[in-house]
Amino acid sequence: MAVKTLNVDQVGRSVARLESRQKVSGRAEYVHNMKLPGMLYGKIFRSRIPHGKIRHIDTTAAQRVDGVFSVVTGDDVRTLVPIPYYGPAFHDQPVLALEKVRYVGEPVAVVLARDPHVADQAAQLIEAEYDELRAVYDEVEAATATIHVHEILKPAGTFPDLKYLEGRRDTNIALDFQLRRGDAGRAFAAADYVFEHTFHTQTVMHTPLEPLVSLAEPGDDSVTIFTASQSPSFVRMEIARMLGWSENQVRVRTAFLGGGFGAKLYIKLEALVAVLALMARRPVKIGLTMEEQFYHITKHATTTRIKSGVSKEGRIVARECEVYWNGGAYADIGPRVTQKSGFTAAGPYDIENVKLDSYAVYTNLPPAGALRGFGIPQLVWAYESHTDLIARQLELDPIEFRRKNILREGRPQAVGTPMRDAAIEACLEKIADRMEWGKPCYRGSAALRRGRGVAIGFKACIAPTTSVAIVNIYADGSCGLYCSTVDMGQGSDTAMAQIVAEVLGMQAEQIRVVHPDTDVTPYDMATLGSRSTYHMGNAVKRAAEDAKAKLEALAREAGAEGSPIPDVFRARYGMQAGNVVGIGTFIPSYQSPDKKTGHSENVTPFWMIGGAGVEVEVDVETGRFRVTKLVNVADVGKPINPKAVTTQLSGAAIMQLGHTMFEKMIFEDGKLTNASLADYKIPGFLDLPEDLTSEFVEAEQHGGPFGAKGVGETATFGVSPAIANAIHDAVGVRIYSLPITPEAVYRAMNGLPQEDRR
Amino acid sequence: MNRRIRFTLNGERVEADVAPHHNLVELLAERFDLVGARESCGQGLCGCCTVLVDGRAVSACLYLASFVDGANVVTIESLDAAGGLHPVQEAFIENAAFQCGFCTPGFVLMTAQLLEEKPDPSDEEIRHYLSGNLCRCAAYPEIVDAVKAAARKTAAKGR
Repeated sequence: MAVKTLNVDQVGRSVARLESRQKVSGRAEYVHNMKLPGMLYGKIFRSRIPHGKIRHIDTTAAQRVDGVFSVVTGDDVRTLVPIPYYGPAFHDQPVLALEKVRYVGEPVAVVLARDPHVADQAAQLIEAEYDELRAVYDEVEAATATIHVHEILKPAGTFPDLKYLEGRRDTNIALDFQLRRGDAGRAFAAADYVFEHTFHTQTVMHTPLEPLVSLAEPGDDSVTIFTASQSPSFVRMEIARMLGWSENQVRVRTAFLGGGFGAKLYIKLEALVAVLALMARRPVKIGLTMEEQFYHITKHATTTRIKSGVSKEGRIVARECEVYWNGGAYADIGPRVTQKSGFTAAGPYDIENVKLDSYAVYTNLPPAGALRGFGIPQLVWAYESHTDLIARQLELDPIEFRRKNILREGRPQAVGTPMRDAAIEACLEKIADRMEWGKPCYRGSAALRRGRGVAIGFKACIAPTTSVAIVNIYADGSCGLYCSTVDMGQGSDTAMAQIVAEVLGMQAEQIRVVHPDTDVTPYDMATLGSRSTYHMGNAVKRAAEDAKAKLEALAREAGAEGSPIPDVFRARYGMQAGNVVGIGTFIPSYQSPDKKTGHSENVTPFWMIGGAGVEVEVDVETGRFRVTKLVNVADVGKPINPKAVTTQLSGAAIMQLGHTMFEKMIFEDGKLTNASLADYKIPGFLDLPEDLTSEFVEAEQHGGPFGAKGVGETATFGVSPAIANAIHDAVGVRIYSLPITPEAVYRAMNGLPQEDRR
Repeated sequence: MNRRIRFTLNGERVEADVAPHHNLVELLAERFDLVGARESCGQGLCGCCTVLVDGRAVSACLYLASFVDGANVVTIESLDAAGGLHPVQEAFIENAAFQCGFCTPGFVLMTAQLLEEKPDPSDEEIRHYLSGNLCRCAAYPEIVDAVKAAARKTAAKGR
């Protein structure tokens, strides 16, 4: 290099998080803790019925409470925003309920007050009258029901991958995605064996420990929104669209997020606080309680019917899947889950004849969206439980059966895209090795039976999406990175700094990462779907390379080649002055799936592969079981920060363990009965498997920055079915619905019917 | 209705006017700008709002502000007040024992208290002692490593 720099490897080093000191000392900045002078707190009044026409909202008692600034309803919102609807797929969600309420917990009105306790108290005095309508909760029923959650559907038209969404009316099906490969009908007729099963998953919540929170500060012809958001660029675009403003009138800033997991994507509270602040001419903050958080976003419950035709030789010759996604009352990003995860529903197997139908369905439940894995854990639950059942039925070893059928490098997945840099086989073999699969397993005692199981899954990354980054070299030789990737705990600030440092020959710890601020940091689609390392990583690398080239040109121009960076600036500008600004933009190539066949030659920039091996011990008298061993194996490309990758893998697996063993939102007539951490349990120290390991298969990802790929969701894939498969191995019963509770195991062992799903 | 209380906060004598319904999280954040203790679950189940009152860890979301009248209150912000990090904080950083960091102050304070009671805790003791603190990022394996590393650091300093 023409400019003198360090020569230490920055990529591949386990750099401690840049913000470590702030986080261990309680000084890290979260929107949760932000206050502005004159700020009002908003408290939401919510619907208590699942479906009904709003007849009247009585706010008089609330308005009379001392200290109340104002009470705002949906009709008030319309005085500022004539069409106050938002959403990434459909413009279906009102800022506050208009005409109708569609689920219990839907925001209907807001009280504003200087004192949050006053707002809280006044909100309880609001009364609403409704003409109740019949409601529908089950995703399969809703698909054909005559009760309609929305009369008419208006596609947002924002994202190119959702171009098939249609304006429809009188249906609860927001999107039906289909994939046809080969001739499944004929292959089933010719198959030696046919197997069919139905699986369910439950509604769960992300429960980030920093609940959803947003704060808006009005200006004369502008608004600034401080928000715990994973998608600041989208928030700006969507708020500007709603207000009829240009993007540069809306400024969106984030801080560190106290967890995200998909809960803080697209628009959550941002439209509401923006409108309230503009109406009140004061800053307005709404921070949800843990309880309220359950009413804003969930993970799709699903029903999956899956059918396979298998030859005598143990080859899967045909597979048919029907997946119903319970989207709740507003589509959020459900249609993308339905399509983008839907096309993987046949699993990581080489199957010539595939027929898939995937339905995004509206119901009268809280909206469902993205949650770590974006639909993949629900599908792997079905196809890996099913695959295990087939192996058992055919008396084939589960690993051997998978080896016979697995998609090998270069073979096309059902969607038509060849598997490249997808270490499915290597992951499977590593799981087998770590589980010592070749040796007989300890079977336990008569009272405490032991068993083991495996599962493997895969995911495509979101495409086509754009990331832009700016690298700014200051005149003293220090450097700032401007990017809109949100660090919600995954360690993106650190990984991006490592990429910049590697290119520029600097120390990662010395790179300043500027947090998302749409007035300052450039566009990024969002921090979701394990896309940042690959997409933003590439943009950041290009920005750093651009800065490096410009710095070298500057050195040549100033006759300072080979000098330290400050000397280059001094030679050019006569003092410590000036900047070198590098810009990088990245968008991967993409081919949209064909509308009729679902076929695409290039559906994803990279594949994520993850699997699990599990050993369980089941108490045959009570059904109580514990996971004695959990092995996670993932294809992680070339890790930028190996320690951060390991923590992402074990963290994702433990989260999925909660979704497998106990987490479940319980609804009675559409009313959620367990919206608190007292009644909705998330994993703690005492829930961990005795033996938990997370390992990776290193496989260079072509096109990834330094061979890296995304890893945030990968370890969620295999956990649930591996546990069900191990329980089957231990006690000979099959669990078809999540969560796998001791009661479910007990009922299955004693031939009792399972509990109602919700 | 407000009541004037006096207490010791991170070694300093302070006073404040508190309403009967104010909890300790609000008092610390609103009156003293100490935001390391955070209300999350609001039910004393997650440990994000942990502070020490008279040497005992409490959930500040369930602790009425007026109860600290005359008490000695220690928050996460005091641990590195002298400039250097506490050995527990160092160990958490070195072992990557946090991700989003929202729950971290609670874990750090609990660990400091654990090591005062049991300088060399077993894995089992660590898990049980910290079972009232939740980490949704699930940095649990790394937290166990950090607690053991902190124990070693503390022992080495004591020698």
